[in-house]
Amino acid sequence: MDDIQTRLQKSSRATRQDYFGKVICYSCIGLIILLVACILYFIASKGLATFTKNGVNFWNFLTQSDWKPGDVDKYGNPQVGALPMIVTSFSVTILAALLATPFAIGTAIFMTEIANKRGAKFLQPVIELLVGIPSVVYGFIGLSLIVPFIRGIFGGTGFGILSGTLVLFVMVLPTITSLSVDSLKSVPMHYRQASLALGATRWQTIYKVILKAAAPGLLTAVIFGMARAFGEALAVQMVIGNAILMPKNLISPASTLTSKLTTEIGNTVMGTLPNNALWSLALVLLFMSLLFNLIVRFIGRRGNIKNER
Amino acid sequence: MKTYDFNQQYISKIEQEVALSTENVQVHYGKSHAIFDASLDFPRFQITSLIGASGSGKSTYLRCLNRMNDRIAQVDGKILYRNTDINSKNINVYEVRRHIGMVFQRPNPFAKSIRENILFALRNNGINDKKELQERLETSLRDAALWDEVKDDLDKSALALSGGQQQRLCIARSIAMHPDILLLDEPASALDPISTSKIEETLKLLSKNYTIIIVTHNMQQASRISDYTAFFHMGHIIEYNQTKNIFTAPEIKATEDYISGDFG
Repeated sequence: MDDIQTRLQKSSRATRQDYFGKVICYSCIGLIILLVACILYFIASKGLATFTKNGVNFWNFLTQSDWKPGDVDKYGNPQVGALPMIVTSFSVTILAALLATPFAIGTAIFMTEIANKRGAKFLQPVIELLVGIPSVVYGFIGLSLIVPFIRGIFGGTGFGILSGTLVLFVMVLPTITSLSVDSLKSVPMHYRQASLALGATRWQTIYKVILKAAAPGLLTAVIFGMARAFGEALAVQMVIGNAILMPKNLISPASTLTSKLTTEIGNTVMGTLPNNALWSLALVLLFMSLLFNLIVRFIGRRGNIKNER
Repeated sequence: MKTYDFNQQYISKIEQEVALSTENVQVHYGKSHAIFDASLDFPRFQITSLIGASGSGKSTYLRCLNRMNDRIAQVDGKILYRNTDINSKNINVYEVRRHIGMVFQRPNPFAKSIRENILFALRNNGINDKKELQERLETSLRDAALWDEVKDDLDKSALALSGGQQQRLCIARSIAMHPDILLLDEPASALDPISTSKIEETLKLLSKNYTIIIVTHNMQQASRISDYTAFFHMGHIIEYNQTKNIFTAPEIKATEDYISGDFG
């Protein structure tokens, strides 16, 4: 009897294993949380130094369009206006998403609803291959094909938002497509059967039942595509023109937040205003990706509520 | 497992008006042969039940009748509806399904309101007159014995209904299109006994105006509600007769064994 009592209170191999496993899991998770916190802290402290240490007005940073962090204007204020880059970043992102969404959803519908199994099996790796191509290659293709093409049609240099949009269009297309495919596949089979059995045509079924049921997932796909477009640096930098000017039209050279960062970060000295100003741009990027993430989560939650019993 | 001679077959002649009939229907899933030479006549305004063990092909056969096997299986043979072979290539399948509605085993309402579930097919067919939509909404829900339970919640999500109510909603949704024939694939097998008896009552009432063909595992259900019964075994129709004859004096040994539980 005593033997059992002591064994009940003693740790055994099993309890030690259990404890060990827990420690490993918690330390892994802790490391990742620490990493994220460090990145956030580092970017925030560097990015905010522009406003705290160098005395740049935050409002001016967001709304003015002169970017010469090394110089001061006639009142002695540093000229750190990020508006052109913010506007350009948003324009290429939104235009690329607008352009890519119909193609991506069309492709996804084809793959899930219309093509036979062989066709879908063939298309899947094609789409995945598009994801795998390095962005430098996209940029290079854009530089040697799209830029001259636009120069030929619209004149000017060919660099600008339009070229950036077209390159990003190809880059976000596979992202939106594969996420849309997942979302369409998760629509229960019995929705299709119910609709067809009521005499609805295939088009009516796709348009009124399947797309409606998959809408939150499709929206998430588009937002993820936009997040990718917003964060893409290299390919855009190669075709956008890299001029810190307010974009007047779609074919005038411009500069996005990311392309500015990649071109300038090597030319500034750590701790100076020009360097800190770049960190502020990084902070804007970080904030935007956070926002995209929040939107995706919000959509996900609303989608769940709607489908609950 | 007992083996039965598939050549022993008893198909009784139908004296009444026939709503739908099949001639030598064969179904292949890839290489496997699922239905062999199914020839039946379904009498108008009667309930016909298809019984048989799982995998005997009764659901497959039912799904042929409104072309729901398109793109799933290869269906050969003739399916005659109003003297037209609806199994031929040049048939408008959407029109077929408007006249021959179907209700599935698991209740499958759309994630929309009750009202929108009923009006979905009507709107697809270009019926936009508000008065007519309202009228069809009410009559179809009344016919499916659901009106009194949902008349105050028509704009609530259909997914909030109980399983039995959802299934009656699916029936209402089908009859809102005013079909001639209603196919039901084990409509009550996912439901409790009370919901089941409500569905059975509903079907009894509906059989005044609709030809009903129902697949069921439940032999009591078949004997309670149906006028005719067909017994399926391994893709063959073994016996087809008036329900009272099948259950009291089956002609074929296989049918007798199945009904008495001494099967397989």
